[in-house]
Amino acid sequence: MKVKQLSLFLENQPGALSRPVKLLAEAKFNILTLALADTQQFGILRFIVRDWRKAKTLLEDANCVVKVTDVLVLEVADEPGGLAAILSVLETARVNVEYMYGFTLRTEGKGLLAFRFDDPDSAIAALEQKGFKPVRSVDLFKRLES
Amino acid sequence: MSKQAQDSTRLFHPVSAPDFLPLPQLRALQLQRLQAIVKRAYEHVQLFRQRMDALGAGPQDINSLEDIGRLPFTVKTDLRDTYPFGLFASPMKEIVRLHASSGTTGKPIVVAYTQEDLGVWTNVMVRSFAACGLHEGDVIQNAYGYGLFTGGLGAHYGAEALGATVIPISGGNTQRQLLVMKDFGATAICCTPSYFLHLIDQAAEAGLKLKDLPLRAGIFGAEPWTESMRRRIEADSGIKAYDIYGLSEIVGPGVAMECPCQSGPHIFEDYFYPEIIDPKTGKPVGDEEEGELVLTTLGKQAMPMIRYHTRDITALTAERCECGRTLRRIKRISRRSDDMFIVRGINVYPSQIETALLRVEGALPHYQILLTRDKGLDEMEVQVEVTAEVFTDTVGALERLQQQLNQSIESTVGLRAKVRLVQPRTLQRSEGKAKRVIDQRQM
Repeated sequence: MKVKQLSLFLENQPGALSRPVKLLAEAKFNILTLALADTQQFGILRFIVRDWRKAKTLLEDANCVVKVTDVLVLEVADEPGGLAAILSVLETARVNVEYMYGFTLRTEGKGLLAFRFDDPDSAIAALEQKGFKPVRSVDLFKRLES
Repeated sequence: MSKQAQDSTRLFHPVSAPDFLPLPQLRALQLQRLQAIVKRAYEHVQLFRQRMDALGAGPQDINSLEDIGRLPFTVKTDLRDTYPFGLFASPMKEIVRLHASSGTTGKPIVVAYTQEDLGVWTNVMVRSFAACGLHEGDVIQNAYGYGLFTGGLGAHYGAEALGATVIPISGGNTQRQLLVMKDFGATAICCTPSYFLHLIDQAAEAGLKLKDLPLRAGIFGAEPWTESMRRRIEADSGIKAYDIYGLSEIVGPGVAMECPCQSGPHIFEDYFYPEIIDPKTGKPVGDEEEGELVLTTLGKQAMPMIRYHTRDITALTAERCECGRTLRRIKRISRRSDDMFIVRGINVYPSQIETALLRVEGALPHYQILLTRDKGLDEMEVQVEVTAEVFTDTVGALERLQQQLNQSIESTVGLRAKVRLVQPRTLQRSEGKAKRVIDQRQM
């Protein structure tokens, strides 16, 4: 159910983002989606790639600090109220969304969002009960790379 | 047998006998040697003779150890001013070895040894190794630099004379250090504490578990370090970390060394006479009181040192150590009087910053202090490398860490600093001594 996301510590300065991105490009990693959180002083780059173990090793060898985090990828109906429906399930289950970001892909009238929850397992349980099924890694990569 | 048990069974190594001299005997020996060395310095070194004459005190005035207070001090610039050989008390044909300091500014300082001096040096180094439980059969990886620096050869001769197996690997080349440590089964290592921290990091990255290796002791010196660094080293590597003290001007490493009690290095007082003075007034301070360490060599022929200002801030304790040594101990030297920097009128030592950082998060040992001046106001930025242990995926957690570090520094030194988290390995790494302070202020 859970999809592995890599988080990377970045200093807030020119070149900090391009260095890891270049490394990933040279090693032919396709970044399926990414999001950048930043403050004045530092940033966190979050992204999803298929072979996250290799990507992690690659970046760590280049002296980056990398953390692996579980996120859930959910299909969201691309229509008014699509996201609200999911959030209300989570609200009822009292699960916090720490952050979320989108994928550029849209199929069959649905978009994809990556969610980071404080309690992923409770989120899965609550969502499934209401018929929202998180997208499994295998299906995600199949869909994105087809 | 456990690592500790092995150490304690060898507490009383025969070479360590002078460490346990009864006090009256030790003091008598010191006086006898002091009288001889002052005489030698007066007769053979112009600078000492002129200084003593100017003060109206000479060899004939040394009738007790307290009389040392009547003698003039020697400072580092005296060695520069008499460069290269001006303080030698022996003719060149009797001098068998020269060493020199790195000399960050201008000329280096040169020190000399007769054959007998090398014997003294080797003797105190053997006693240093024995003090921390090393003996024949130990494999000592000597990662102090070989060459003009006294660390490498000093530790080398001592380890050989102890009967240990020496690996003269010298400093640097971290990957090879780890390979040799593992494959040659090193049981002890000599290097700077900051370099050993670097080795710990590199070992972890290479998936090498130091705790599984036979390595059990580290003889760390040549730069100031702290108790918190010792705790981190011991926790992360499973070895015992011992503090060795020395300086080229006096002999090199082996002026003082810790015993298994790890409660401060014992000065090898039969060869080095310690005083603690107030660096401002030059007056002696009391037992246990902090001040600058001043040393007089009691056994060196080629280059006697009379009341040499070490610039190291410490305190002397006469309290008897549990190990039974009668030698007085110095408190761990965590700072030097010239390490200190002043920010907005407040005296700050790098060790205070380090203590503040480690108090918050035990896994942040790599830092650098950047001093700048903006519109006449000093700014202190403390750059701290983020490690995998403390990095979390949320901005809030990192901001909290930054805030805690800021608060800890402020409460430790009484000064606001700006903590900046930086990527790992962006700060200058020490193969030798760590560069902690970068001062970019235009005075």
